[in-house]
Amino acid sequence: MAVIREKRDLTPITKMLRVEAPLIAESAKAGQFVIVRVRERGERIPLTITDYDRDRGLVTIVVQEVGVTTRCLGALREGEEILDIVGPLGEPPQLEAGGHVIGVGGGYGAAALLCLMRERKELGDRTTIIVGARQKDLLILVDELRAVCDRLELCTDDGSAGFKGLVTERLRQLIDGDSPQRPNRVLAIGPMPMMRAVADTTRGTGIATQASLDPLMIDGTGMCGGCRVTIGGEVKFACVDGPFFDAHLVDFDEAVQRSKMYVKEEALATCRQSEAVQADAR
Amino acid sequence: MPQRDAMERARDFEEVNKGYCFAHAMFEAERCLRCQDPVCMEGCPVRIPIADFVHAIAAGDLPRAASILRTANPLPAICGRVCPQESQCELKCHMAKRFGPVAVGHLERFVADWERSQPVGEPPPSPWQSARVAVVGSGPAGLVCAGQLARQGYPVTVYEALHAPGGVLRYGIPEFRLPNAILDWEIEALKRLGVEFVNNVVIGKTITLDDLFDRHGFAAVFIGTGAGLPKFLGIPGENLNGVYSANEFLTRINLMQAFQFPEADTPLKVGKRVAVIGSGNTAMDAVRSARRLGAEQALVVYRRSEAEMTARIEEYHHAIEEGVEFHWLTNPVEVIGDDDGWVTGLKCLQMELGEPDESGRARPVPIDGSEFELPVDNVVLSIGTTPNPLLAKTTPGLATHPWGGLVVDENKGETSRRRVYAGGDAVTGAATVILAAGAGKSAAEAIHQDLSAGI
Repeated sequence: MAVIREKRDLTPITKMLRVEAPLIAESAKAGQFVIVRVRERGERIPLTITDYDRDRGLVTIVVQEVGVTTRCLGALREGEEILDIVGPLGEPPQLEAGGHVIGVGGGYGAAALLCLMRERKELGDRTTIIVGARQKDLLILVDELRAVCDRLELCTDDGSAGFKGLVTERLRQLIDGDSPQRPNRVLAIGPMPMMRAVADTTRGTGIATQASLDPLMIDGTGMCGGCRVTIGGEVKFACVDGPFFDAHLVDFDEAVQRSKMYVKEEALATCRQSEAVQADAR
Repeated sequence: MPQRDAMERARDFEEVNKGYCFAHAMFEAERCLRCQDPVCMEGCPVRIPIADFVHAIAAGDLPRAASILRTANPLPAICGRVCPQESQCELKCHMAKRFGPVAVGHLERFVADWERSQPVGEPPPSPWQSARVAVVGSGPAGLVCAGQLARQGYPVTVYEALHAPGGVLRYGIPEFRLPNAILDWEIEALKRLGVEFVNNVVIGKTITLDDLFDRHGFAAVFIGTGAGLPKFLGIPGENLNGVYSANEFLTRINLMQAFQFPEADTPLKVGKRVAVIGSGNTAMDAVRSARRLGAEQALVVYRRSEAEMTARIEEYHHAIEEGVEFHWLTNPVEVIGDDDGWVTGLKCLQMELGEPDESGRARPVPIDGSEFELPVDNVVLSIGTTPNPLLAKTTPGLATHPWGGLVVDENKGETSRRRVYAGGDAVTGAATVILAAGAGKSAAEAIHQDLSAGI
């Protein structure tokens, strides 16, 4: 059981929860994740640790309400409890310190850049964060992100804030030719198509690029093998070998395909949940 | 052993065996020849005084039978159900040569089930030893070690990585073979003894092994982390949608209750035709679960022959009764999929038996030009597991064998780290519940000796 101490709505469907989990907060490193279960007979889902506070024993997670479990989690209020939370799981990204690192975040993945990029800066890196969303009001944690890096770049599809276009288009401008902003490392966290596009953008440029994969998983300790991904022709378990991998070696076709394994079941369960909510309302 | 009708039980997850009634148990116990030298005991990895408890049943003295059993084996209700008796105690039974052996496993189960129906006794005194012991992993080795130490007066904390205790007994063995209620009863009994269970803690991640000593104040640690890392074949197509490790398949069903989806939130894809690769107990559990989840064709695919099959004989018989098909001498070489990445078939080679290999079993060799495809919707790999490297990887100085097992001192079960003991599958590689229970018990004795001697 872990009590939710603070809750903040970042967008209508994106919630930030600060959860009391002192053991996890004590050992968490930037880039690791937790697995949560929200109710009896509930499923286990992995969520990136977006921040931690060792002194207060708090762990921050950001959840986007897209399915049954994330909706249940998003519906919890301050003072209520998450049934099960375990972690920190996975390994932090392996990036050498020194030089310029760009963190690219899409959607709620932007939140994961908070402690990752703060840590890079503390290690002496020059840091740039590029985050994107469809429109201005869907950009999350802008002030917090600005505070942890040297330079924050906003991108929106409609141009309502910052650069008009995709994060990868902005990234391309920064790495092209002799741009003074050219990084030597890139960290990508967000939806699979975005991470894949980032990988394609930096491929062949000599810029080391890591992507944070979040395949389906159950235990998070290497026991089920459900999270297997192919990296440079080798099968790896994202839960224990990852979640960060060399983005240029990731078999994104396979990863995308595997992420669709339960699309029908997810739709069915989400439908049932909506009906139940409506029935309750009546 | 009375059992439920095969066609009825193949549609649900209720237990297959019904258990003996008192008269049936007495009758079975009376079949014991009362050998001068009860060799059945030699067949038991933990040397249960089998003859003694069987005679107590024959005399109608169930409290005595229960006490004999529980002193020797702290998990009788579980071992009575999952031990491979036919290759242990019952193999040695003199009755086995001309008639059937005395059904030691069924009798063990009967006594333990009777014990469970009895009122709970007085609560034992609270722990009186000052040294605290941590147990890592709540499978059979950890449960037994915790219980034995608690009886010696030690405050014991059991850490479990998952959200419910029991290890492989919870996530691996399905309810039709081992009902959760039995596991829950054993865990409740340990809690009454004062054992504390902490779920959702991964030792090596949430708390390091060193911190158990340095910051959490434990005087000794027992590692019973099992062999939970699934092996894959490394054949093409293994990452197609619809391919599962047996661990994942069974965990979704047993721990996450996917058989109740959508009432339970975790889904599982089971098509009309499911092929399970392997021939051990886990393979039988997986294939019979697939049958229960609606597979019209549930197949076992094994590269060796029936004679080399490693499952308990009772599970094999139950699987046949439930309509499982067996493809012996069939070696899978590729999983075939469609354009959307879903499994459609399993390409196999027909094998024949050749000379014995390093395991002493006849080596299966492929027959030229025998390649064929089994049309299937799911493939479940049940070809073994190895110890999980997670704890060893994060613990300096904890020595492992090249294959992943923890190195321990044979007598005490102590690892390369002082006051850190280990037992069960984490040490031996995938083996049986009873061996893990035995290792947990002897480690508890070693821990007690070392702690009380102040070594």
